[in-house]
Amino acid sequence: MEIKETSLINLHKSNGAKLVEFAGYNMPVQYSDGIIKEHRFTRSNSGIFDVSHMGQLFIYGDDMLTKDLEKIFPIDLQSLKINQSKYSFLMNKNGGICDDLIITKISEGYMIILNAACKINDYKILKEKLNDSYKLELKENLSLVALQGPGAQNILGKVIPETTNLKFMHGGDFSYNNYKLYITRSGYTGEDGFEISIPNEIAENFTKILLKNGSKLIGLGARDTLRLEAGLCLYGNDLDTETTPIEANLKWAISKKRINDQYPGSEIIKKQIHVGVKKLRVGIKPDTKIIARANTKIFNEENKKIGKITSGTFGPSVEYPISMGYVDSNYSSINTKIFLEIRGKKIAANICKLPFYQKNHLKEL
Amino acid sequence: MSEVKFSKEHEWITLEGEVATIGITKHATEMLGDIVFAELPEKGSNVEKDSTAGVVESTKAASDVYTPLSGEIVDTNEKIVDDPAKINEDPEGAAWFFKLKLKDISEMDSLMNKEEYDKFAKESGS
Repeated sequence: MEIKETSLINLHKSNGAKLVEFAGYNMPVQYSDGIIKEHRFTRSNSGIFDVSHMGQLFIYGDDMLTKDLEKIFPIDLQSLKINQSKYSFLMNKNGGICDDLIITKISEGYMIILNAACKINDYKILKEKLNDSYKLELKENLSLVALQGPGAQNILGKVIPETTNLKFMHGGDFSYNNYKLYITRSGYTGEDGFEISIPNEIAENFTKILLKNGSKLIGLGARDTLRLEAGLCLYGNDLDTETTPIEANLKWAISKKRINDQYPGSEIIKKQIHVGVKKLRVGIKPDTKIIARANTKIFNEENKKIGKITSGTFGPSVEYPISMGYVDSNYSSINTKIFLEIRGKKIAANICKLPFYQKNHLKEL
Repeated sequence: MSEVKFSKEHEWITLEGEVATIGITKHATEMLGDIVFAELPEKGSNVEKDSTAGVVESTKAASDVYTPLSGEIVDTNEKIVDDPAKINEDPEGAAWFFKLKLKDISEMDSLMNKEEYDKFAKESGS
């Protein structure tokens, strides 16, 4: 299959990007500054992330669509206001996660941001579940640019002043050079920030304006270290079809009002909420500087295997190694001593609270 | 000090008497990206040519460090363990990894000179 490129490919190349294939796209893993500098610049100033590979799915419809989508997503869509966003999941009949996503109510229906590797499959699942009753569009003509960090509000405010009024997890229509942009106050770095849905033909020009105002392009490498410090899950690593939102410690994303309703996996989710789960996602911090990466086996003090790491790296802001993984829920309390098998040796570690890095984003008012 | 030599695993080697100083090349650090963890062999241990003698990790991945020569580890550079960023800053100088008392000095013959290594690194591209 041919490798796809986003509308910012030339900008990536001219900024010294090291390009790698990710989910079928040629994407920048880092630029000439490198992952650590890029990470820290995002936390101290701001960073621009090309996330155009992610799916931007639009589903058009009215109240009927809201009711039908509630049969798919475990969230209270009826109370969702226009231009408000919520984090949710597409689940299989066992409650396993097919994708994690952000759903936003817009005047014409809903906009859903999907993971790049899942978007085609998600589209098929949703089309089938909605019985072809609604128009679904997976937009190829739109790019998605995230601007993240404490300086994001100021920088975007210089280009589109009205965006500074957006509340966290809210969006709206804005115009730039007579083009329509949809901007939400959201992101995946643990920082305040925005995600900007923008027509392909002006994405490069717009990104250059953000650069001129003092921001920098940040690659997927730093995006990964930023999200892990913020305790956020990466689909394919920390979430998959064998894992439910309750096991992933994401119960907060299931609307209380919807717990007794029917949606894929609802019986299992309900049971897990009431009875508990066998495995649970936790934060893990090794006692030494060693890094425990995905698939590292986790043991208890009696040398019994109790789980495995699903993501691990060095946290450039916290300046220590950070990991997330799943353990037998009997071992999930904070400060439980565990052991990680790394290159044949058992390394002592502790279960710790998430996030590793304290969130800095604008709280919902 | 002798001319700097290079291995196919992207180590550099200098020789003083029968003691070789070994580190990883600038080219290697550029491929690895920001190094955040380093593990060195134990002082006093014996290592065989082409075996693993350490680990470096970037934010993205872990990579083994090989010894291009056999011998006894007589010194290790703990400064790079305390501050792995030094490896990116000065890979072919202050950030040496270990010193090795050679078992067989003729093993030096299989190493490349700078010109050969630069060509090798460019062609291998990895």
